[in-house]
Amino acid sequence: MDATTETLDLPQGKITVSRKGSGQQILLLHGGGGPVINLPFADALAENYELISPVHPGYNGTPAPDHFDGMSDLVHFYLDVLDAIDIDNAILIGFSMGGWLAAELASISCEKFSRLILVDAVGVKHGGPTDRDIADVFGLPGDKLAQIMWHDASKAPDPADMTDEQMEMMAGNRIALALYTWEPYMHNPKLRHWLHRIDIPTLLIWGASDGLVPPDYGRKYAALIPGAKFVEIPEAGHSPQGEQPEKFVQAVTQFVGEGAAS
Amino acid sequence: MRTYWFTEDCYPDIPPLEEIESVRVNLPNSHCDPQRAHELYNWYLDLWCMAEEKGLDIMNNEHHQTITCMVPAAPLMLAVLARETKTARLLILGNPVSNRRNPVRVAEEMAMIDVLSKGRLDCGLVRGVPYEAQPANRSPLRGSQRVWEAHDMIMKAWTTHDGPFNFEGRWFHGRQINIWPRPYQEPHPPVWITMGGRTSTPPVAQHKHVGAVFLAGYPRIREIFDGYREDYLKMHGEHAPFDRLAYLGLVYVADDEAKAREGAEKLLWYMSANKVPPYWSNPPGYHPPKVAAQIMRGARGGAGIPLTAQLDDQIARGNVFAGTPDQVYEQIKSFWEYSGGFGNMLMMGQAGWLDHAETERSMELYAKEVFPRLRELEASTTPEEAWEKSKAMPIRDNVALDGFALEFVR
Repeated sequence: MDATTETLDLPQGKITVSRKGSGQQILLLHGGGGPVINLPFADALAENYELISPVHPGYNGTPAPDHFDGMSDLVHFYLDVLDAIDIDNAILIGFSMGGWLAAELASISCEKFSRLILVDAVGVKHGGPTDRDIADVFGLPGDKLAQIMWHDASKAPDPADMTDEQMEMMAGNRIALALYTWEPYMHNPKLRHWLHRIDIPTLLIWGASDGLVPPDYGRKYAALIPGAKFVEIPEAGHSPQGEQPEKFVQAVTQFVGEGAAS
Repeated sequence: MRTYWFTEDCYPDIPPLEEIESVRVNLPNSHCDPQRAHELYNWYLDLWCMAEEKGLDIMNNEHHQTITCMVPAAPLMLAVLARETKTARLLILGNPVSNRRNPVRVAEEMAMIDVLSKGRLDCGLVRGVPYEAQPANRSPLRGSQRVWEAHDMIMKAWTTHDGPFNFEGRWFHGRQINIWPRPYQEPHPPVWITMGGRTSTPPVAQHKHVGAVFLAGYPRIREIFDGYREDYLKMHGEHAPFDRLAYLGLVYVADDEAKAREGAEKLLWYMSANKVPPYWSNPPGYHPPKVAAQIMRGARGGAGIPLTAQLDDQIARGNVFAGTPDQVYEQIKSFWEYSGGFGNMLMMGQAGWLDHAETERSMELYAKEVFPRLRELEASTTPEEAWEKSKAMPIRDNVALDGFALEFVR
């Protein structure tokens, strides 16, 4: 299914937003790797929902505003985005770094959202100073990264198969990821103290084989959000939506269906 | 013309390169024997003192978590030299202010060394090489912007003498800045900035600071030096004096060609031992996406394999000057004329296992037989003449570009 794409000119800068499908809104906040709206799981969800997928500034060749230094800038940028795209009663789904963003936004206000789904999300720190809660993606060789991010590393994209343009986009996305996550690495020390404000049904979906942010991290994350549920997807790494799309979609629709019954 | 003698203070006793992943960032320090490090530190200090005795000036620098440079705090080494030497200029090139959390501390340390040495400090401010991002835990994105904000804060701290001032920038903050002591030199110690490309020259020329270029060789020196000179002329209405430009090359001088080759090969350890995988050499935000993509592909430096370090190739590039005194003079003269001239030769004169006798002999021959001729060369012309003469020379693009200079320029 093809998405329609528009560019919004907001007070802090521009943002590209893609949409596909119709029905209740799902706001997809992508992770460090970039937009996921063209993956099979998104097509499946688009049969029953309207998917709205902004591209975080800096990703896919788009510019990040000069004043951006980190996740806090992205959060406040998204307050403008949420107003501009007319979000209402939406299901908020955030993947990895996008999960961090989603948790920050929901901690500020859940007014525009009916549900929150965090997928292999980062954003908090559970351990002590010498605990490496989240693997250092900027300090690992490519093959090792693939091993910890995928249940089946043979499915990981091979740079050798990429065009120069794709490699350049990947390199640009890596810079954007670092812009938002470099220090404190992949988390906001304050966020754990704000998560109690989230007052909508929340689900954390986790790849059982995620070596980047292990399931145990996700369970502890869920414990910080009132009433949050946690579900593991077997035979999936850091991107269960990519590695096990059917199980992922099933987990999402089941969770949303539970809401309708109650 | 000045020559600043430089060694990077390496710790060469490491396992074979094929047995380790990287010489930087994550090589366990179990490979470091503190007794050996003690001996090396003292030997390097002796070499710098020897350089002063031979009429040369002194340059040092710092890196972190690497065997290529055992000095994680260059000001400490320079403080020792401020006391041990009496006449040499003391160049620190430089303070990695893009990665420093507090520039005021840098201003204080530098003022202290300037006072200790009675005004002999030349103070470099640099962005730092890409492998420094992880040890500093500092995002390399906008590193050059941070260098200039730190620069402004340091300059203000050095030149404000009427009590505290306020500085609230994007990255650096202080509300009661009032350093003690003030620098010895008036209005402040000379400032040196490394230049890696045409875009980096305007602010250096604007401030009339010394622009230093490391190992850019024939392929890139004209772009950078010409850029600085053009900016300087346009901004100040006069030609940049020779002493505003500096070039760093590896230099080895010996009594005969065979010994020179042998010594130069040892010096090349500096390049060949620099085994660094791409995830350290390509931190996100250091290189633009296009360059970063090439490194990710392994199409340029930092792919985890030692970079090309063939002696003849490096001599042809203008990165290494090696031979008998006559040969080294001719090599540097050729590069000097092609570059349009510079007043500061930064001589990397020791690396790897180049031993005391070999290092001393090269230093001796350079100081006695090469350096005086370079001074004559500089005195024989003017910046304007030298620049005009270089413009008439055809661009030497016979040496292919690879990632080498890219990683070493800063």
